[in-house]
Amino acid sequence: MSTVAVIDYGMGNLHSVSKALEHAGNKTTVVVSSDADAILKADRVVLPGVGAIRDCINELKKTGLDQVVQECCKTKPFLGVCVGMQALMESSEENNGTTCLGIFQGQVKRFANDMKSNNDILKVPHMGWNQVHQETEHALWKNIKQDSRFYFVHSYYVETTSRDNMTASTDYGIGFTSAIAHENIFAVQFHPEKSQHDGLQLYANFLQWDGQ
Amino acid sequence: MGLAKRIIPCLDVDNGRVVKGVQFVDIRDAGDPVEIARRYDKEGADELTFLDITASSDNRETMVHVVEEVAGEVFIPLTVGGGIRTVEDIRRMLNAGADKVAINTAAVFNPEFVKEAAEKFGSQCIVVAIDAKRVDDHWEIFTHGGRKPTGIDAIEWAQKMVDYGAGELLVTSMDRDGTKIGFDNELMSTICAHVNVPVIASGGVGNLDHLVEGITIGHADAVLAASIFHFAEYSIEEAKQHMANAGIEVRL
Repeated sequence: MSTVAVIDYGMGNLHSVSKALEHAGNKTTVVVSSDADAILKADRVVLPGVGAIRDCINELKKTGLDQVVQECCKTKPFLGVCVGMQALMESSEENNGTTCLGIFQGQVKRFANDMKSNNDILKVPHMGWNQVHQETEHALWKNIKQDSRFYFVHSYYVETTSRDNMTASTDYGIGFTSAIAHENIFAVQFHPEKSQHDGLQLYANFLQWDGQ
Repeated sequence: MGLAKRIIPCLDVDNGRVVKGVQFVDIRDAGDPVEIARRYDKEGADELTFLDITASSDNRETMVHVVEEVAGEVFIPLTVGGGIRTVEDIRRMLNAGADKVAINTAAVFNPEFVKEAAEKFGSQCIVVAIDAKRVDDHWEIFTHGGRKPTGIDAIEWAQKMVDYGAGELLVTSMDRDGTKIGFDNELMSTICAHVNVPVIASGGVGNLDHLVEGITIGHADAVLAASIFHFAEYSIEEAKQHMANAGIEVRL
């Protein structure tokens, strides 16, 4: 049995993420934990997150788990989800500017309020099922069709400095980065735990991924 | 291509059973919520909404168990409404596996509650449910299943709730609810023109064209229906195919 740790820092849909991981992997023990040792000992690590980014970053720092995230990002298969993806960037426009963990180069920006598609004003948050266009091949896209729909709910999006890190894009008024990947790190803006079959498939792929 | 319009089946739950009333009065038993949720998930529902209409607060725990059970096997967004009055109610539902809560009466009596909830849990999980009824040339907010007028203008209320942090609005026409003659699309499009968050149209669906009209005429982002799905008049699959044939982008 391998283990996957879901980092519990008081923010986020831990229940949904851990249930979906349990469902996706039959040879995996899912541990929801705020304990640094337990997280560092796990084979794989998931950083979930919902809500405001400043609260997320503050909680990570207060608990010292920011260091644990830094360490895990160097050593094992790591998956960031939603705000857990945004937290990996350098900074976010949210909450009048928030410094993030800086594991990836790039910023988190807010969708403009006046974006249009045809004649419709695009609402913010971007909420619902949108298409994820795979820009690069990756083990986590295995058995997931090109342009499959995943569930999104967010008002901020990631803009990477280097296009090399973009592994998927999505169109919502602008094209934005909906997934990033680099070595052992993968992160998605959408919610696999709420994206039915394809979401569970992505989690299953993560649980089999060796980080290469 | 882009963001899909959503179809959301709604399960009115009374004491742990799915029921559906006609204009909130005549109640028919439609089955076990977990079983029905499973069926809708299989048929391709984009989200599920549970409205707890249990009269007695003693039986509210039942709803928590329903949500826990559904969340353990259905991996699409779940919204829970009915009797959400305190931060603790919200926390309990989110911990049980809900992704969003719908606040209705409590928002009318204490609008600050919406602000507090959005600050604490984020706007993305705060849906404000608006029950509106046409009064002369405008719409007013009604509470208690459409029985009590409040004198509040529905459009102004919708804007206020968004200002207070609602991430989504669930708009039900109390004139249409249970009638099967279609959404009040004038109400929907008027609200949509005044807010910049997603709007779910509710109340009145009797056939699949009504779902299409909610999007094309009502300009809603999502359409919600109950009885046409519970009694298997139509499957979600059929509904989506029908919407796709009408040129609406859906998740198939």
